[in-house]
Amino acid sequence: MHRFANPARFLKIANAVLPWAAGLSAVCFAAGLYLGLFASPPDYQQGDTVRIMYIHVPAAWMSMFTYSTMAVAAAAALVWKHPLAEVYAKAAAPLGAGFTALCLLTGSLWGAPMWGTWWVWDARLTSVLVLFFLYLGYMALVDAFDDPARGNKAGNILLLVGAVNVPIIKFSVEWWNTLHQPASVFRLGGPTIAASMLWPLLLMAAAFQSYFFAVVILRIRAGLAARRVQTLRLGQAN
Amino acid sequence: MLRLILRDLRLVLRQGSDATAALMFFVLCVVLFPFGVGPEPNILTRIAPGVLLIAALLAALLSMERLFQGDFEDGSLELLLLSPLPAEGVAIAKVAAHWLVTGVPLLIVAPLLALLLRMPADQLGLLVGTLALATPLLSLIGAVGAALTLGARRSGVLLPLLVLPLYIPVLIFAAAGLDAGLSGLSPRPHLLLLGGMLCGALVLAPLAIAAALRAAHE
Repeated sequence: MHRFANPARFLKIANAVLPWAAGLSAVCFAAGLYLGLFASPPDYQQGDTVRIMYIHVPAAWMSMFTYSTMAVAAAAALVWKHPLAEVYAKAAAPLGAGFTALCLLTGSLWGAPMWGTWWVWDARLTSVLVLFFLYLGYMALVDAFDDPARGNKAGNILLLVGAVNVPIIKFSVEWWNTLHQPASVFRLGGPTIAASMLWPLLLMAAAFQSYFFAVVILRIRAGLAARRVQTLRLGQAN
Repeated sequence: MLRLILRDLRLVLRQGSDATAALMFFVLCVVLFPFGVGPEPNILTRIAPGVLLIAALLAALLSMERLFQGDFEDGSLELLLLSPLPAEGVAIAKVAAHWLVTGVPLLIVAPLLALLLRMPADQLGLLVGTLALATPLLSLIGAVGAALTLGARRSGVLLPLLVLPLYIPVLIFAAAGLDAGLSGLSPRPHLLLLGGMLCGALVLAPLAIAAALRAAHE
C-alpha cells in the first residue's frame, strides 16, 4: 500500500486503469440493462417490478463498499498519514452518498407497489438512512474548516466512528424481524435466486463497481491537481 | 481527573446560566406538546416516552456546543492536553462533568414532567432508569461531535447534523424499553442493549474524543 503513497506513481497506474474501468462499466451497463430490462423473466409474484432490483441491490452493495473503503482509508490516513488515503475518502464520499440515495429511492419505489408503503421504519431502512446522513455529515465536516488538513482529520475520525453502522446494516435483517427480506445472494449454501435473474444482477454490480472506479480515479486526479494548485499559489504568495 | 471534573462543575455553578438553560429548554419543550397535540390523556400517555426522550436528546445537544468551546477559545484546553493526564482522561472528565450538569437534573425533573403527560405513576422508576442509561450515552456521543467541530465554521449547524443520526439507536432502544413498560411487557432486553451500548461507548468514545481534541490543536 505504501508503494502507492507517491501520487505520481499512483497516477501512472490510475491513468492506465481508467479507460479499462470506464469501458468495462459501459459494456456491463449495456449488457446488464438489456438482460435486466428485456431478457430476464418477470418474477412470478412481483411481476415486472422485480427489475427495480437490478438497480437497487448493486446501489446498496456499493453504498456499503464505498463507506467501508472510506473507513479503511481514514484509518490509513490517521495511522500512517498516507497522503492519498484522505484524497480517496474525499473523492469517494459524494459517490457513496449518491449510491445510498439511489438505493433508498429505488427501494421506496419498489416498496410502494410491493409492500403497499413508501417507507417503513424497520432496522434495515433506518440503518441505511443513518448511513446516508453519515455521508452528508462527513462531507459537511470536511468542508467546514479553513485549514483543509484539519477538516480531513476530523472527517477521518467521524468515518471511523460511523463504521459501527456498517455491520449493523449488514446484519440488521438477521438480528431483527424486518419487512426487508434477508440476503439472497451472499449467503451460506449459495444464492437462492434463479440464474436468469442472478446474471443481470451480477453484471449490473460489475457495472456499478467499474463506474465507481472510473469516477473515483477522475475525482482523485482532480483532488491532487487542486492540492497542487494550492501549493503553487502559496509558493507564489511568498 | 477528579479535580478537572470539580473545576468544570465549579465553573458551571458560578455562571449558572448554561446548565439551567438546558434544563429550562427541556421543561418548556415537554410542556409545549400538550398544546400541540391536544390535552387528551390517552394520546399524552401514548406519546409521553417519545416526547421526554426527544426533549432530553435536544437538551443534551443544546448544551453540547459549549462543552469544549470555552476551553478551546481561552487556551485552557491546550494546557489540559499538555498536562500529564492523557487526552482520553481529559475527555472522560469533561463528559462526566457535562453529564452531572445536564443529565442528572433531567433525571430529577423528568418524573414530574411525566406526570404532567399522564404517564402512569408505576412507570416512573422505569423512566428514570432508562434516562439514567440514555443520558450518559447522549453526553458521550455528543462530545465526539463537539470535539470534531471545534473551530469549524458554522459549528452550531454542523454539530446536530453529525450527532443526531448517531443518537437514533439510543432513541430507538430507550423508547422501545419505555413502550414495553407501558404495555405491560418486560423492558429488560431493551435496557440491556442500552446498557451494552453505554459500556461500548464508555470505552470507545473517549478515544475518538481524544483524537479529535488532538487534531484540533495541531
